[in-house]
Amino acid sequence: MIEASVIASPILGVVFCLLHVIVSLVHTWSHLVHQIQCLIISSGLLSKYQNINLNRLRHLAVVIDSEDAKNKSKVHQLLCWLSDIGVKYVILYDIEGVMKKSDKAYEKSSANPSETKCMDFAPNMPLIFDMFGMTVEIISYTDGKEAVAKGANYLCSNYLKNQDDTLNKLGPKFTEPDISSALKAVGHDGPEPDLLLVYGPARCHLGFPAWRLRYTEIVHMGPLTSMKLSAVVKVLYDFSKKHQNYGK
Amino acid sequence: MEKNDKSMITKAIGHVSFVMRKCLFGILSIGPVPAHIAFIMDGNRRYAKRHALHQDSTNPGSGHRVGFKCLISTLQYCYEMGVKYVTVYAFSIDNFKRDPQEVQSLMDLMKEKIDELLTEDSVLKKFDARINFWGDLQLLSEPVRLTAKKAMDMTVHNKGPVLSVCVAYTSTNEITHAIEASVREKQENAPIEVSDLDRNMYTAGCLEPDIIIRTSGETRLSNFLLWQSDFAHLQNPNPLWPEFSLRHLVWAVLEYQNVHGYLKKRKGEIEKNK
Repeated sequence: MIEASVIASPILGVVFCLLHVIVSLVHTWSHLVHQIQCLIISSGLLSKYQNINLNRLRHLAVVIDSEDAKNKSKVHQLLCWLSDIGVKYVILYDIEGVMKKSDKAYEKSSANPSETKCMDFAPNMPLIFDMFGMTVEIISYTDGKEAVAKGANYLCSNYLKNQDDTLNKLGPKFTEPDISSALKAVGHDGPEPDLLLVYGPARCHLGFPAWRLRYTEIVHMGPLTSMKLSAVVKVLYDFSKKHQNYGK
Repeated sequence: MEKNDKSMITKAIGHVSFVMRKCLFGILSIGPVPAHIAFIMDGNRRYAKRHALHQDSTNPGSGHRVGFKCLISTLQYCYEMGVKYVTVYAFSIDNFKRDPQEVQSLMDLMKEKIDELLTEDSVLKKFDARINFWGDLQLLSEPVRLTAKKAMDMTVHNKGPVLSVCVAYTSTNEITHAIEASVREKQENAPIEVSDLDRNMYTAGCLEPDIIIRTSGETRLSNFLLWQSDFAHLQNPNPLWPEFSLRHLVWAVLEYQNVHGYLKKRKGEIEKNK
């Protein structure tokens, strides 16, 4: 028995590695196909990618891994692309708040700094400014669950103030619009993005505010360092063709 | 005699499949195996349409019946692999907007299948699994609600893996419910913290999902486990739910193993800062 397991373990290990080699090969192939698609899109051969209908895209979110987010020039480049394409509202998110601390860099490097209006950096609040006619909102992990807790405290203090109300004697009863109003009252009432791009090693939203993710289409774009304009164009085109049932 | 031969062959094939799966799962377990997989079982109606299943006004749930069979086999594979928690999105609050006949057919199917899950030869019995129903159960019809409660009571002491069925559920409804509960129990001068909300979620006591799989290639979460999915690997394989098979599950675990280190690192950093 011991001999059998001594023989079996390395064999199982080899098969395990083989399986992961197959996964890597499939990823490499997908990446190759994607690169060819991006090449064709950037060549301008396909007219359907030239004029994308962005009517359905009112708000776009971008989740960036915090390590990647330290590359300010890449983030700025991405914002420029999105503005050129015609996106009107972008929500930038990274878990550690790296981009919140870097907002002045985006302001200084915009074509006309006087066109940007920045709020002072506050780690637990969203940061909103205009850039090239596009509204940019920057948020981080503290704008997610902690913001909901703030909203809960707001609702709680109102509830306790009105304890004598007949309705309140039945116990607290809140609706989803009540939660939305509370989030607005505590300064966390950002819109729900229609589309969310994830730049990083994995397709994971890394704590993007849950209240704003209900029907958001989530697309993995790969590392920020290898971002391509044509890849963004492709995603926006695919989104423009999407249809949602909203549960029906 | 022929029937006996056929059942013997079927049993033998079953045994061989089981042994092969055991080997396969033994290989997979060299790497990290997810403790919790959640499924958005999307594609039952499209499957029925594609395969021209008998779907008319008398039987609008034919696609969902096939989908249930897939759920049972997926549960079996997950539990054999060592996955402790499986969560499925069975019925959203938004789904009440569907045709009333379809909604009623789904409610009837749910009751029928919950009863089936409590029988002696069911997958739950085989693995001594516990079943939870998460959602605003007051929105369900009384027969379904009572059957769900019966199932939870009957399995509450089971020591095996856990199946959580989200029914009459949305994340935003769950968060609202958690806020209500937190306000109700609030002590003087103590603010409500994130940990209070966590404690009042339907999912309290359950690990957060490691993988959330939405079949049929759709890329949204549709208001499912939004609070719990901070570090979940989101996957959207193309097959429709009734087409989801062992090889798709194995692929999902391999993909998860590829990114597990990164997600664990990010999660660890946030927990360190709390």
